[in-house]
Amino acid sequence: MTTAIQLNPQDTIERGLELAAAAGASGCVVLVSETSSANLRWANNTLTTNGAMRGTKVSVIATVGAGEGTAAGVVGRSSTTDRSIQELVEAAVAAARESSPAEDAQSLVEGSVGEDWDLEPDETSVTVYADFAPALGATLTRAGKENRWLYGFADHEVTTVYVGSSTGLRLRHSLPRGFVSATGKSGDLSQSAWVGAATADFRDIDPLAIDTELVRRLGWATRTVSVEAGRHATVLPPAAVADLTTFLFWELDGRDAHEGRSVFSKPTGGTRIGEVLTPHPVGLRSDPNLSGLETLPFAVARTSSGNSSVFDNGLSLSATDWIRGGRLEHLMQSRYTAGLTNAPAVTPLVDNYVLSVDGATGTTDDLVAGLEHGLLLTCLWYIRPVDQQTLLLTGLTRDGVYQVENGEVVGAVNNFRFNESPVDLLARFTAAGATVPSFSREWGDDSTRTATPPLLVPDFNMSSVSQAS
Amino acid sequence: MPEVDASFLDLPRFELADAALQRAADLGATYAEFRLERIRSEAISLRDGVLESARDDEDLGLAVRVVHDGTWGFAAGVALTTDEAVRVAEQAVHLAQVSRPINSERIELADEPVYDDVSWVSSYEIDPLSLPRAEKVALLTDYSNRLLQAPGVAHVTARVASVNECKFYANSEGTSTTQQRVRIGPSFRATAIDAETGRFDTMASCAPPAGRGWEYLTGTGWNWDEELAQIPGWLAEKMSAPSVEAGHYDLVIDPTNLWLTIHESIGHATELDRALGYEANYAGTSFATTDKLGNLAYGSPIMHVTGDRTAVNGLSTVGYDDEGVAGQQWDLIKDGVLVGYQVDRRMARVNRELLGTDRSNGCAYADSSGHIPIQRMANVSLQPAADGPSTEELISRVQNGIYIVGDKSWSIDMQRYNFQFTGQRFYKITDGKLDGQVRDVAYQATTTEFWGSMEAVGGPQTYVLGGALNCGKAQPSQSGAVSHGCPSALFRDVRILNTTQEAGR
Repeated sequence: MTTAIQLNPQDTIERGLELAAAAGASGCVVLVSETSSANLRWANNTLTTNGAMRGTKVSVIATVGAGEGTAAGVVGRSSTTDRSIQELVEAAVAAARESSPAEDAQSLVEGSVGEDWDLEPDETSVTVYADFAPALGATLTRAGKENRWLYGFADHEVTTVYVGSSTGLRLRHSLPRGFVSATGKSGDLSQSAWVGAATADFRDIDPLAIDTELVRRLGWATRTVSVEAGRHATVLPPAAVADLTTFLFWELDGRDAHEGRSVFSKPTGGTRIGEVLTPHPVGLRSDPNLSGLETLPFAVARTSSGNSSVFDNGLSLSATDWIRGGRLEHLMQSRYTAGLTNAPAVTPLVDNYVLSVDGATGTTDDLVAGLEHGLLLTCLWYIRPVDQQTLLLTGLTRDGVYQVENGEVVGAVNNFRFNESPVDLLARFTAAGATVPSFSREWGDDSTRTATPPLLVPDFNMSSVSQAS
Repeated sequence: MPEVDASFLDLPRFELADAALQRAADLGATYAEFRLERIRSEAISLRDGVLESARDDEDLGLAVRVVHDGTWGFAAGVALTTDEAVRVAEQAVHLAQVSRPINSERIELADEPVYDDVSWVSSYEIDPLSLPRAEKVALLTDYSNRLLQAPGVAHVTARVASVNECKFYANSEGTSTTQQRVRIGPSFRATAIDAETGRFDTMASCAPPAGRGWEYLTGTGWNWDEELAQIPGWLAEKMSAPSVEAGHYDLVIDPTNLWLTIHESIGHATELDRALGYEANYAGTSFATTDKLGNLAYGSPIMHVTGDRTAVNGLSTVGYDDEGVAGQQWDLIKDGVLVGYQVDRRMARVNRELLGTDRSNGCAYADSSGHIPIQRMANVSLQPAADGPSTEELISRVQNGIYIVGDKSWSIDMQRYNFQFTGQRFYKITDGKLDGQVRDVAYQATTTEFWGSMEAVGGPQTYVLGGALNCGKAQPSQSGAVSHGCPSALFRDVRILNTTQEAGR
């Protein structure tokens, strides 16, 4: 076997751009993502699986003239060697030549060489759990002795993204990402509690503290109460608000709204940009430089869609207000769709968000303290759209719903199915707390960079009771 | 008859496997397995008949899983060199050693015969990835334009996902398998918008993804000409249909909708890893716990559900699973009673007394070389009645009901009790006959009550193999493709919600 030589990201990009030019491409972008990750998973008070993985993703976007326009060919591979890079580039150029002119064609983004361009990819390994793993082992042992069951997952990943283009752009950015998600159950499995958190490096995650919080919540379930379905005053903690807001965030597609097929479409045509969505001073903002939620400062797109374009790769991203003062300010746009829809600005997707309510202070516990009679949720699950027109979502409560009387948690209640629209909820909540970093139960595995407040909704629609516990 | 792609066979499968398995053995692993996987995929999307995106991807890598001192260790890498195979084996052993202190259950695996250098290829005619892209885009453009040219259709989205999955597996017991599977998932959706009110709605093709090749898009297994011609009319009728009155109705559910209810309320509920708690933190557990095996009245006595990794054109069909176990078919629910689970080798060994067998039924699968094999769903299917009625005969038995066609929205709780589904089309049934569409319909029920209300299943002539390409499970999350066959079926007295009212409008 003759060994092929694995190329480093910078060489992959330079070689790819050279080969594309030689193959007659009018332009080319090469994206390289180097990822390393390490994870631990546990259930029934013991470790169940683990893993340490490395992955590489190389995407070549070749452009060629096509009639009056420009066509693009996009081809990706999981790694490249000195031999396979040629096949990859040839495939991308051939795909471009086979394609009709791209609707979203633009000049490739221009730029210079970033200061950190020459650096190697950052990495993680199982050593990130040097302190976490022994402490986790102690909690599993403790839970066994106390007749409780623990289940959970810890994941740490570092992705380093390199973007190079035939227009001179050379960008590199490294993104660490981690989270822990932990569930505790009573010995008879009748009660369940959950705690989740995002982290950059696990130095701020203490399994013993997580277990203590699970024990506190399971303690609330010493008394259980049956509550019927209906509209209930409900405190949604930041995790549950993130569960719902993430769906709203995904729906900020400028082209869909412009075409009349989104909750952000104006019935008479065009988008609802400029419309007041809520009487409350709500803000929804993304910013690649948000402290603790840092994300890629430039656009990376391997496909074109209603709000992204492969021609926008490398485009600088900046702070964007999607909603400000309760008013819809922007929808997600590529350069192409911004022109198509007469948007006020080019506002591509930024992979983080902060939902806030001006002037809101306090915590979930403070909202509970102010509630005379109602429910406190832990998190939501299996959320799916039911009606795009209203962005009606369905889903379920999970791992802890509690009854609140006179400002105190007095017991655990059954789970519910809900049918609600996050857009409506922004208009209907009656109290909010301070925005804090949050971890969505359903979407947090993919999107850990969120910050949300707790909210009190006076009439949250619990459509039916779920027997799940 | 397709064969495994020669370019995959040319990869140094055995050389890499030998290096990895030998290194794992040298380091004290009592069991080791090696996978080399190449997944080629293509995603093409058109928006209003214009190519929006076309992407061609290949994921190629290797993985090693070991049992060392009774503990799993797993690692994966991308370089196809013996040095990398050795490094990954060492890393897997290292991870097992690091994890040993927090593992309290020693890993043992059920026995399985050894399969020495065997091959298997799924049933398809034309590998979609072998065709020129222009040819595929031209067909999608044609299909899109048929819809766009119809009155009342404002927008059309067309998408096709194609996958060619080649997998080499070898373990320290002497088994080695090489397999190739092809699957395809087409999607066509038309949107109508009422210019006066701004109300919009959609109508999508009911064609399920399938373990077929490009021939599926040209008429083998689905009648595109007929469906595409009907979609605009169905959509127009839906736009002017009355909103449903919430309440309880008898339902005749078409297989194009029922497959998804089976997936959520039976498929996932009969995964033994969930019943045992291994998914408790993420996808959830199951109400169908092991104490209920053999005695849980899952549904009406006419209910017969099988797990099957051998169904022709099934998305979960394999020759051998990712633990070297041969594909099988078995009962999950018989005469309405829970009688079986989906298991892997570890669960089969630990639960052999419960299951009455010490053999895995072959439900281990990893979605790529970068992921560990987990217990994954077989093709879980509701069997038709041998001489059962047609869909029209089922409808004729209903006085006041709804006939539901096509899937759309789905959600179920983390123990698989409470679910809510919508669909593409809902026809009012009055006095045994269809009485026009209604809209804003969702049905909501509890799993055992719903299946207990099943009064009749259709005959084989109503049977359709539905399915999904993207079933999510596990942490790190993995995506699985799975098929579900079923006939039309009649259910009595099911709760119907009006989704507009649910939204508070």
